[in-house]
Amino acid sequence: MKASAFAYARATSVVNALELLAAHGDKAKVLSGGQSLMPAMNLRLISPELIVDINGIAELRGIAVRGDTLKLGALTRHVDLMRSPEIAAHAPLLARAIAHIAHPAIRNRGTLGGSLAHADPASELPACMLALNATIIMRGPGGERRMAAEDFFTGIYETALSVQELLVAVELPVAHKNAAYFFDEFARRHGDYAIVGLAAQAIVKDGIFADLRLAFFAVGDRPVLAKIATKLVGGEVTPAILSDASMALGEQLDPQEDQQASASMRRHLAKVLLARCVSALLGRPDLKAGGSA
Amino acid sequence: MIIATANPEILSELDRPNSYIGKVVPRPNLERLMQGRGLYVSDMELPRMAHVVFLRSPHAHAKIVSIDAAAAKRLPGVIAVVTGEELGTVITPWVGVLSHLKGLKSAPQHAIAIDRACWQGEAVAAIVATGRAVAEDAAEIVKVEYQQLDAVTDMRTALDSVTPVIHPALGDNLAFERNLDAGAVDAAFAGSDEVAEAEFIFARHTGVTLEPRSVVSDWNAAEARLTIYQGTQAPHMVQNIAALHLGLQESQVRVVCKDVGGSFGIKVHIYADEMATYALSKLLRRPVKFVADRVESFNTDIHARDHRCRGRIGVKRDGTITAFEIDDLTGIGPYSMYPRTSAIEANQVVNLVGGPYVTKNYRARARVVFQNKNVMCQYRAVGHPIACSVTEGLVDLAASKIGMDPVEIRRRNLIADDAYPCASPSGLRFELLSHHAAMNKLMTMMDYDALRAEQAALRNKNIHRGIGIASFIEVTNPSAAFYGVGGARISSQDGVAVRLDAQGSVICQTSITEQGQGSESLTAQIVGSVLGVSMERVRVILGDTDNTPYGGGTWASRGAGIGGEAALQAAKILRNNILEVAAAILQSSPAELDIAHNAIVNASDGAPRIELNELARIVYFRPDTLPPGIQPELMATRHFVPREYPFAFTNGVQASWLEVDTDTGFVRLLRHWVVEDCGTLINPQLVDEQIRGGVVQGLGAALFEKCIYDERGQLTNANMADYLVPMSGEMPDIDVGHVVSPTSETELGAKGAGEAGTAGAAAAVANAVNDALKPFGAVITEIPLTPQLILTALGRI
Amino acid sequence: MHVSITLEVNGERVDALVLPRLNLADFLREHLQLTGTHVGCEHGVCGACTVRVDGEIVRSCLMLAVQTDNASVETIEGLSDSGEIADLQAAFRDRNALQCGFCTPGMLIAAQDLLKQQPEPDRERIREHLSGNYCRCTGYQAIIDAVETTARARSGRQP
Repeated sequence: MKASAFAYARATSVVNALELLAAHGDKAKVLSGGQSLMPAMNLRLISPELIVDINGIAELRGIAVRGDTLKLGALTRHVDLMRSPEIAAHAPLLARAIAHIAHPAIRNRGTLGGSLAHADPASELPACMLALNATIIMRGPGGERRMAAEDFFTGIYETALSVQELLVAVELPVAHKNAAYFFDEFARRHGDYAIVGLAAQAIVKDGIFADLRLAFFAVGDRPVLAKIATKLVGGEVTPAILSDASMALGEQLDPQEDQQASASMRRHLAKVLLARCVSALLGRPDLKAGGSA
Repeated sequence: MIIATANPEILSELDRPNSYIGKVVPRPNLERLMQGRGLYVSDMELPRMAHVVFLRSPHAHAKIVSIDAAAAKRLPGVIAVVTGEELGTVITPWVGVLSHLKGLKSAPQHAIAIDRACWQGEAVAAIVATGRAVAEDAAEIVKVEYQQLDAVTDMRTALDSVTPVIHPALGDNLAFERNLDAGAVDAAFAGSDEVAEAEFIFARHTGVTLEPRSVVSDWNAAEARLTIYQGTQAPHMVQNIAALHLGLQESQVRVVCKDVGGSFGIKVHIYADEMATYALSKLLRRPVKFVADRVESFNTDIHARDHRCRGRIGVKRDGTITAFEIDDLTGIGPYSMYPRTSAIEANQVVNLVGGPYVTKNYRARARVVFQNKNVMCQYRAVGHPIACSVTEGLVDLAASKIGMDPVEIRRRNLIADDAYPCASPSGLRFELLSHHAAMNKLMTMMDYDALRAEQAALRNKNIHRGIGIASFIEVTNPSAAFYGVGGARISSQDGVAVRLDAQGSVICQTSITEQGQGSESLTAQIVGSVLGVSMERVRVILGDTDNTPYGGGTWASRGAGIGGEAALQAAKILRNNILEVAAAILQSSPAELDIAHNAIVNASDGAPRIELNELARIVYFRPDTLPPGIQPELMATRHFVPREYPFAFTNGVQASWLEVDTDTGFVRLLRHWVVEDCGTLINPQLVDEQIRGGVVQGLGAALFEKCIYDERGQLTNANMADYLVPMSGEMPDIDVGHVVSPTSETELGAKGAGEAGTAGAAAAVANAVNDALKPFGAVITEIPLTPQLILTALGRI
Repeated sequence: MHVSITLEVNGERVDALVLPRLNLADFLREHLQLTGTHVGCEHGVCGACTVRVDGEIVRSCLMLAVQTDNASVETIEGLSDSGEIADLQAAFRDRNALQCGFCTPGMLIAAQDLLKQQPEPDRERIREHLSGNYCRCTGYQAIIDAVETTARARSGRQP
């Protein structure tokens, strides 16, 4: 399977990249990591006329802490997130999630910006952005736009990015001192796309959730912030409360059916993850098996 | 019979000084493979070589109304666009039937479809260009008008009167039916204390060889010779068939196989697109290369194992199995594959069910039906996985019914180790097997009682582990009974020519082939051992019809048993010839001499007398110094063919230890064991590795692999992200042990070992999962055992 | 249409004129005749095409040749000639950790990548790092054994 012919341009700056995107619209595709773009092109699922290679744009690189904010450039590679001391200190959820993404060779090339812009509902990083309350930063002909991650993902492979915009960075608040994290996914084999996954950030004080963000992925056409988190915040989580939250979770989710799992299986697995997550975050083994209806 | 210990240096009757037989030695061909300096067909380039891409039907069943290639032909780099009709002037069609499979019928198949495409993926045109990318560009602009026809995509209804008949001239969609009725089955069931039955469902699989099918076909018009470079397991078969269908003499065709990136039976068949490639080379008078891409591989490499088998077992309270009965249905493609036919798999299922057991009452029906899906044919362990899974699944069901331990019920019914020779109800003749010795060894290796105790303890903590056992028999070293009797020009014999060269090195030419199992090594080990020559001096040539004896090749686990014996016999003759010359040179007699460490030595005290390279120098350059009348012959050829037994059966038993997460349905394979009896072990490491590789293919079948067709006959998961093959993260370590029951049909005593792992692995896993789920009363008789299936069986979703 | 690139391959400077759509695997195999890098799927799943670019392992079927301008590419031939993985190759040979050999170049490069990052990985870790390299022949155990043996030998412990 060989890709169709295309023209190739190496963007020298964000401005240059935007010029190229403006000129070619939806006939151009941005090449960052290439780990999702290239398979699609080799399979001739897409045949862009122009590839805009942004790998040389220095201003898209870098992980920086400024005050309470962690800023990650769009070209941050997955392996960089794994190895970064800033991530380990300020956003450890990302380091845990990265281990589940594909395989080492893919992680060496895949980028944060690419993964978010591609918006595969089964991928890990979009859900992490939701869990971490991230802000997505885009640039286009109209200048810079900032959007909460939970508004950014709009459907399967669909985001708020227009064809003339580039995702340039992500900002997230640095971890709270009482923050706790959970990440897990069910996949048939190491590195496979998740059948269902959960990225969670919590603030736990004395065995009580002061805050809880539960971002499920592979449960629909986009990552989902579970509304039922509010049911678990502010008071002791009893098995009954967890069970009730679990049922409500099943109602909020509208999972897809595919070759890996039916909708009802996905709902079930989401509930299993919920129980395991709550149990782990609160240090409550008694809650581990509960919650799945 | 000898029980092999962990120490691989077993004594055998061939134990000569420094014998390599039974030893672990590194394979001679590894260095080039590890340094990226192998030569796979997909690596090959020849001058003026063109590339072919096949335009393939997107429909499962459709009339080809018209093909307009005008625009495609004009694309720069395109050499030709050829349709089925055009190619039909160069190559004739074929029918995949054999006369010994009574009633097997199939329709003629063309190298490129003419008038009608019968499966999604069948080639409807060939685009030949200067490069693969350009050819794909051209393929996109060939305009084909199709008229879709109803597709037959459900084997269960393929024979219904309302279902369209794919080949009207054949009358119906039944390709083959076999019935067997042995003993007194009805009486046996009537007299049973319990009867268990189940429908066993097996997913369609494919081989997923890492190197896709690749051919470089080079027709030299000036020489009127066709050279085919192909990773085939049976080069002489390809030579014969290419010549036959291209109107050539066999002597005009040479088939060369160098390194092959995996085969497992996938590359032992004749494929339409490969035949088309040969024909295109002849038509265009230049080399043409075809390398299937991964999507094509999924759509056109043979599939296998698509079966629905109803099984029944009768048992008495004391554990005696009274009868087996099966009704097997398999849905192949629209054509029976050529030349080995798509009926063999079902035929094997009928032959093999119940094989390890004493039960004489056995009834079977197997039906093979055509479908508008990809073609199906022999893939590693052909039919054995189905037969073993059904048999061993039924035995476990019977054990459950009477509350007996699964090992105990097997002990009460496996053929006794001293009962041989004997025959199965299906007519299989067993020379010497070791079911009980193998089971005893397995019990020790896995510490069965300890695992049962661990299982019980963990159940109390809601952790569900299971043990699954699967006994099996395995067909190896087939005689002409397999294919030859049916009219196939597939050789069941093999030959080895061995010679001592002028510098004292040994050259072997063998008709068996190498796809990584160690054919080259086993040949060198045997020859080196018999000749007393160190292996570094032995060079093996294989995979070239111009430069090897005529033979069958490597398939059906025959390389070691048949090719090995030929190597042994040829080396014995050469040894005698060398000793005769040595005796003449040394004024001694052959009986007083031996060969060891590359030198002629005294048989009595091993003292060296003359180096082999010195002997060779004399023979080749100074025969004037030899005594009068001597005509030295430093080359010998021997062929071997099994005559007494149609197959050399091997036997073994496997066990799986796994954990089922009953919340998620996920299965974790903890460990796997195999005890295998394949007779003499030429290289124990290579045998064990064949078993491990085979087991993992079976584990893939048990948990992961399935070709998913929709009701329109579209293969919906034709890529490596969606067709799940086993990767390192999910596979267990596999312990392998041996019992040794040599065959007395050969001096070597080696039976085959290549397929045993695959035969029983899925059965062991399925039994283990059901064992784990016993407390929940769930029994699953379908593979792959996906989380979805398990959660459904548990009532969790 | 063609793009000019200059890169280093196995320590040798290469100047080439390539079409943008040519991927790195095909460039190595067809333009440089370095056929040790194999193509198994062209969608980044099987690992047969694994090479090193600027010291990091990548799927060469998912990179364009034009992306390697000014980069340093290492293939199995280079790693073999330099002797960098000689001990790993010896362990593979002794353990018969390859059968058909098609996955082996990618497997060796991935294994070496692990050993450079983590000198004493346990079996689970080895299986995890190699979980993106498909092998149909060996069933993986021999490969894990060979990598484990090499790791032990490199860190000076008894095998």
